[in-house]
Amino acid sequence: MLGTAILVAGRRLGPRALLVGGVAPLAATAWAVWNAADVLNGRTITSRVSWVPGLGLEVDLRFDAFTLLMVGLVSGIGTLVFAYGWRYFGDGVRVTRLAGLLTLFAGAMLGLVLADNLLVLFIFWELTSLTSYLLIGNDDHDERARASALQALLITGLGGLVMLAGFVIIGQQAGTYQITALLADPPTGGPMATALVLVLIGAFTKSAQYPFHSWLPKAMVAPTPVSAYLHSAAMVKAGVYVVALFAPAFASVGIWRPLVVTVGLVTMLSGGLRALRPYDLKQILAFGTVSQLGFLMVLFGLGRPDATAAGCALLISHGAFKAALFMVVGIIDHQAHTRDVRRLPLLGVGWTTTKVVGVVSAASMAAVPPLAGFVAKDSAYEALLHGGAGDRWVLVGIVAGSVLTVAYSLRIMAGLLRPSLVAGEPSGKDASKRDAHSVLPPSPWFVLPAALLAMVTVVLGVLPAGRLVREAAAVLDPRSDSYLKLWHGFTTALALSMVTLFAGLVLFLIRRRVERAQARFAPRYSADHGYNDSVRGVLRTAEVVTGIAQPGSLPVYAAVILVTAAVVPLSGLVLGPFWPGWPDLVGASAYIPVAALLIGGAVAATIATRRFTAALLLGSVGYGMALLFIVHGAPDLALTQFAIETLSIVLFLLVLRRLPDHFERRAPAISQVPRLLVSAAFGVFVLIMGLASAGARRMPPVSDAMVEDALPKGGGRNVVNVILVDIRGLDTLGEITVLVVAGLGATALARAARRQSASDTGVS
Amino acid sequence: MRRSLILDSTIRFVFDSVVVFSVYLLFAGHNQPGGGFVGGLLAGVALALRYVAQGNSAVRATIAIRPRTVLSLGLGLAATTAIIPLLFGDALLDNAMLQLDLPALGLVKVPSAIAFDSGVYLVVVGLVLMVFEALGDDDPAALDGAPDIKVPRL
Repeated sequence: MLGTAILVAGRRLGPRALLVGGVAPLAATAWAVWNAADVLNGRTITSRVSWVPGLGLEVDLRFDAFTLLMVGLVSGIGTLVFAYGWRYFGDGVRVTRLAGLLTLFAGAMLGLVLADNLLVLFIFWELTSLTSYLLIGNDDHDERARASALQALLITGLGGLVMLAGFVIIGQQAGTYQITALLADPPTGGPMATALVLVLIGAFTKSAQYPFHSWLPKAMVAPTPVSAYLHSAAMVKAGVYVVALFAPAFASVGIWRPLVVTVGLVTMLSGGLRALRPYDLKQILAFGTVSQLGFLMVLFGLGRPDATAAGCALLISHGAFKAALFMVVGIIDHQAHTRDVRRLPLLGVGWTTTKVVGVVSAASMAAVPPLAGFVAKDSAYEALLHGGAGDRWVLVGIVAGSVLTVAYSLRIMAGLLRPSLVAGEPSGKDASKRDAHSVLPPSPWFVLPAALLAMVTVVLGVLPAGRLVREAAAVLDPRSDSYLKLWHGFTTALALSMVTLFAGLVLFLIRRRVERAQARFAPRYSADHGYNDSVRGVLRTAEVVTGIAQPGSLPVYAAVILVTAAVVPLSGLVLGPFWPGWPDLVGASAYIPVAALLIGGAVAATIATRRFTAALLLGSVGYGMALLFIVHGAPDLALTQFAIETLSIVLFLLVLRRLPDHFERRAPAISQVPRLLVSAAFGVFVLIMGLASAGARRMPPVSDAMVEDALPKGGGRNVVNVILVDIRGLDTLGEITVLVVAGLGATALARAARRQSASDTGVS
Repeated sequence: MRRSLILDSTIRFVFDSVVVFSVYLLFAGHNQPGGGFVGGLLAGVALALRYVAQGNSAVRATIAIRPRTVLSLGLGLAATTAIIPLLFGDALLDNAMLQLDLPALGLVKVPSAIAFDSGVYLVVVGLVLMVFEALGDDDPAALDGAPDIKVPRL
């Protein structure tokens, strides 16, 4: 809500908008810390607001230890990002819009982790998709930014819809949409396996899992503070969050575990491999994020208590080091105007803090002891070592992924300290010769948020937030009873960590050879191509379908509509016992002249040669109908029919005077045969339908109840009107909405056509 | 289009009564034949009469508001009346009754449905106005030499 206010009041706030926006996550952080002690003792704060009681939609919010972890991540890093963005953007024109969007985004993310209702969660989920679309496409003059934003929106938005389908199945199966109730008593049954796969697809798209990851590296066109937030704390963590929430209850249902673990591992490895290629620091980080997200997916997706706890630890440490790294890269970009290691100068005096922050965070990413990343990875190894045989294979995959992680972390470190190491052959102009003094060191305020995060990384390494992680994991999975520490003694896990670090170092040392091998074996067809091809495919299909369904010929449209209307119900009627017998042919003597008027008008209309005459004759048919209504004792209908006929004749005239006075010459007889056939079939259909429906009633008519209810409930004696405005009021509302939309569309079309003809002929 | 004197002066008398009748239909609709839709249509017919007799500028002079404003006012009114019961915890479109004891008229019951029906009325009128705006002649100048309407000659 504050975000909207900022968007509105934005222009006046100017660069201070970011600070104002930062108040929101700061307040959320403060609130979370305030309630932390309570929640850590196992209490859960819930609140419920009835939203649409008629539909059973309630906004359930809950705040427990795992939520505390997520809220801390979302709001804590959010606050720092705002502080950082304040220095990063300076006085830009777009800052206010960005600040508002960022606040909205943070709010949506907060709502997502607090939501205790599947549908509410979904709404916030799509809100994050929408706001991230606007954030990525912040620079709307840049075509690349727009395309990337659209890609992110299409992939995550579609994933969200798929997930909604899954949620609905789960909700129907469980009989409730409340998440806590649902997880406490997980529904079973056939559709659940499908539902879970649907939910997983949604989570995969959001968390940039293979093969849906292509949007994330592209989203790098966003300003760095946005990337820092998107990639460390928000957005991509949403998918992981959902998986973490569901895994303990559903991991053994259907193909959940194999699917999540496979996708996670593939993502981790392919992301890690791709991270070894680019020279753009931000791109390295982006693919690193993809890889780390795969890791998180595997840990949470297993749905085992110790792995879940390790996942919680990794969630925190990843948030801290990734945000800090993005901030560092952003600082470099801001000061040196490049993120390309091949063009980065050697950063000298005044950069010490930045470098230390970067190196510490990258080391944490590589899981160097005694940092937070190490604690997380160590517990992950520990968890998998104690698992069954299948877990060993997972472990192998994760170790391989971690080796890659170490290698690209080293790339980043080297890029910070000595760019020429990573750059490979200097291209043309030797980059390292660039004057280092031309790059001004950043102000301490600029570095502060990143430095704070690096401090968190160090502190959490030495003093792991064991309590928080334990409680959070316990909320997710009551069986969990883990404890984090830095030093477990000389265990297999420690040995594995050391092996990983060493192998990563080797991989970095032989980087030239790795690069060459990658260049040779890198697949030509990436997920990005897949995305482009599928978008193109959809567009082409749409074109073809439109071409078939909308040929633009009015006779064809009319024929299709009439034939469908005649054939489909008629075949149903003929197949069933339909013949009710002839009704009383002449009901009242008043019918005879009216029927004569109707038949005469209709027949005359078909043989009229002037359009105008035909329209008038049709009008007379309409008036005849109104007379029939009167004879039947329905003054309301008759009144409406009269008014409609009068109006439509006038409208007819408005259109007709733009058309030739006479109908075009009759089509040759041969083409009239099908027309006559269609008309006759339709006429027969209407006749039989009328007879059948008059004789088909078996239940007491619903109108009896309406007539009874009209006065006491609707407060009116005119039943027709009470039906319109009260009993079926929603229908009326829908109808007038359609009327308005159709009217707007038709008049817009008419005007456009007139303007065109005016410009064609010079006459209006 | 030639302006016909007889038609012109007849419309001057008829127009107001038709509009009043249409409003009557709107308000009477809850208990007697009528309602917002018929009322709106009838008002539309009145406008059509004016259009046929005096052209689009006369129609525009009759109603100072732009057609699309009338349209959106109507839809907004109907939607608001539909939503308001939700605020009091009732179902969508729930009907409420206001009983007034007016000095001259005696006991008058005003159902909230009247507001909803008025929305329908406005939508229909707005739609008719829009059609004239879009398809009718724009400026009086075009009325003269135009090969247009041959209406009154039957």
